[in-house]
Amino acid sequence: MRRPDYRTPGIVSDTVEQRARLLPLWETSPGIKGFLGTVDHKQIGIRYIVTAFVFLLLGGVEALVMRLQLAGPNLSLLTPAQYDDLFSTHGMTMIFLYASPVLSGFANFLWPLLLGTRDMAFPRLNALGYWVYLASGLFLYAGFLSGNGPNDGWFNYVPYASRDYNPGLNEDFYALGMVLLGISTTVGAANFIVTAFRTRAPGMSIARMPILIWGTLTANAANLVVVPAVSLAFLLLWFDRQFGTHFFDTNGAGQPLLWQHLFWIFGHPWVYAIVLPAMGMVSDGLPVFCRRPLVGHSLVALSTVATMVLGFGVWVHHMFATGLPSLGLSFFSAASIAIVFPSAVAVFAWLATIWLGRPVITTASLFFASTILLFVIGGVSGFMTASVPVDWQLTDTYFVVAHLHYVLLGINVFPVLGGVYFWFPKMTGRLLDERLGRWNFWTMFIGFNLAFLPMHLTGLLGMPRRIYTYAAGMGWDSLNLITSVGSFILAAGVLLFVVNVLKSLKSGAVAGPNPWDAASLEWSVPSPPPPYNFAVLPTVASRHPLWEGRLAAGPDTSVLDRGPSLDRGKETLGTSAMDATPDMILEMPEDSVAPFVLASGLAVLFVGLLLKGWWPALAGLLVCGLALLVWLWPQEQLREREVSS
Amino acid sequence: MSAVPLEREAPLPVGPIGRHGIGLWGMGALVASEAALFAYLLFAYYYTGAAAPPGWVLEPRPSLKLALPNTVLLLASSFVAWYGERGVLRQRPAQALLGFGFAFLMGLAFVIVQYFEWQAKPFRLGASSYASLYFVTTGFHISHVIVGLLILAAIFLWTALDYFSPRRRLSVSAGVIYWHFVDIVWLFIFTTFYVTPYLGFAT
Repeated sequence: MRRPDYRTPGIVSDTVEQRARLLPLWETSPGIKGFLGTVDHKQIGIRYIVTAFVFLLLGGVEALVMRLQLAGPNLSLLTPAQYDDLFSTHGMTMIFLYASPVLSGFANFLWPLLLGTRDMAFPRLNALGYWVYLASGLFLYAGFLSGNGPNDGWFNYVPYASRDYNPGLNEDFYALGMVLLGISTTVGAANFIVTAFRTRAPGMSIARMPILIWGTLTANAANLVVVPAVSLAFLLLWFDRQFGTHFFDTNGAGQPLLWQHLFWIFGHPWVYAIVLPAMGMVSDGLPVFCRRPLVGHSLVALSTVATMVLGFGVWVHHMFATGLPSLGLSFFSAASIAIVFPSAVAVFAWLATIWLGRPVITTASLFFASTILLFVIGGVSGFMTASVPVDWQLTDTYFVVAHLHYVLLGINVFPVLGGVYFWFPKMTGRLLDERLGRWNFWTMFIGFNLAFLPMHLTGLLGMPRRIYTYAAGMGWDSLNLITSVGSFILAAGVLLFVVNVLKSLKSGAVAGPNPWDAASLEWSVPSPPPPYNFAVLPTVASRHPLWEGRLAAGPDTSVLDRGPSLDRGKETLGTSAMDATPDMILEMPEDSVAPFVLASGLAVLFVGLLLKGWWPALAGLLVCGLALLVWLWPQEQLREREVSS
Repeated sequence: MSAVPLEREAPLPVGPIGRHGIGLWGMGALVASEAALFAYLLFAYYYTGAAAPPGWVLEPRPSLKLALPNTVLLLASSFVAWYGERGVLRQRPAQALLGFGFAFLMGLAFVIVQYFEWQAKPFRLGASSYASLYFVTTGFHISHVIVGLLILAAIFLWTALDYFSPRRRLSVSAGVIYWHFVDIVWLFIFTTFYVTPYLGFAT
């Protein structure tokens, strides 16, 4: 029978029968096929988060080893070369393999639930993003474990990274691994953008989107166009090292500074890409514990976008000390200082929300609230180094290390842990332990500040970053010891977190759908959510669909228990980009191993390139081509082709 | 209680109809990202060239003997691919196959001519930053042309299998958009490497 090209979806109530119809359509099949083939955004999201946390622990251990080496002057736990390997791998791990993927994980898990839909716009692309991320992480760590990790810092300046000065495979591992990771980031970015614009619940106009969506959308719009800069830079570096090109090498009239430009054209927007989604977690999570909506929702949304727009024009502040013309420096200094304005909007909105609300202290709210303080400290030190003369004084000292850790832990790790305490019950159905959580928070908070607050002083006293040891009597001894002690207290806090997760997975209190009495759509479904998320697709009439009874009533109310059934197959609703009016019925793909095969082909290709095994590389490429052909082959079920008569 | 909006809506398209579908958004995102990649390559050229010593452009008067006709050929193939897409829209399979087939052959001819163009260059990849930029930028482009050729071949095959109709044809439209992108981006590369030296950039 010919299925109709147009139809009006039936409107039904959320019933047991409706759920029973949807479950077999959406459920991932058990066993290895389901494991490799699942396209369920919730499973993929949790995989991202778990993998990212494994890398966080690895990067943390690397940091602890370095802190042992630096605990006192003239220690010799590590050789200079080992120290180089460690600080570079630590940076690579934390920035590329933890900070961004963990946010992708939260977004993957949460977005369809927040948006009131049944999956991401491109579920198979979502699976591909994870598998490629995993492949690149294994690739980069294979380098590190075989003694070929990056060893010129995470930003990898030439000529240190040129073959003349670094003849091993270290930089080739790093270069190719980063190109591979770039593929994952880019396909993820495309998916987030299309999901945000085309799959929101009916009625969720742009103005009603949660801030977490704004933050992640903004970050990924940037990723889409800046990740190519760093992928290109690393590829050109690999060409320079292996094929005798002269992009970055002065012998052939190349430009070493071109590396820095390409890297930071990517690198600075990237810094916002790894904090804006986390700021979104605070903007959505903190108000729940203040028992009121976020103050200045629209302003915070706009300032999120403004931060990124400005963020495209600040990359040269990483290059103030390279001898660029002063007119250029002035422009980039002014642009960098201007970032203060949109950042301050978020800070004051959070403070006002606490001030005007009735704060409830939980571990999650402590993590969220601590973000405000740490962001202000990290922001002020950033604002200081945005000024050219101050930067000339402080560049390449521990002051910068202190700044970047306040920013990256303060507005990534702390809000992310807050996010875990907040959304863990949604992901697993169980609450994390509050008592252990308090110990977790305070240990981390005290350890972190003990480690990194004195580090500003270490930098002001002139200690350069990236030195493997230092002489006694420079005034740095006790400061370094305090930092090392603090770092171990911080690590103990992280360990408490791991213990809490493992313990609560088994014996945590059962959460129910909405343990925090929160306002957004993900809390309207069971914990953990069923594979189809929403039995009937919700209709949204305000920013706070679950709080409408107690807030000033708008003209309409959201309808969550009645809506389009869309149960004739794996279906969800496509809506218009701005107003989210129903626009089309989206046919969603079944589970597929094509993404896994494609990622495996890519992995073989990159190993082949690394070792210059051209036949394996070609074989990998062929696998990629075939996987793509199968993937893109027009399917009747997806209505990609006419039904054969 | 407010109404569920769908209760008063007209019927909705099921899956992609015409160009209306999220696949086109996906292609848009891919093109945006790829366009950025080429923008950075050209940035690398202008940045390096602007600061380079005299004599940096190894061929101050690049020969247009092959490059210009080849450019015209590639741009023309975009129109031919569009002609093929019209064939799908008008339900004329012969026109569609002719369009995609000829666009493929023209693209293939472009790749072959580009090979001879490379051979004719008086410098090789490792001669200088100029040579590296020339070969890597045009090489990136050729690799994208080859991907475009594979896409055209797939569309040709699927059209021959009678998969598409004016309604169900998003794969065709998305693939043709990619081909247009590959052609348009060449115009920027051609202008950069073959025209700006005549205008005096870095010479």
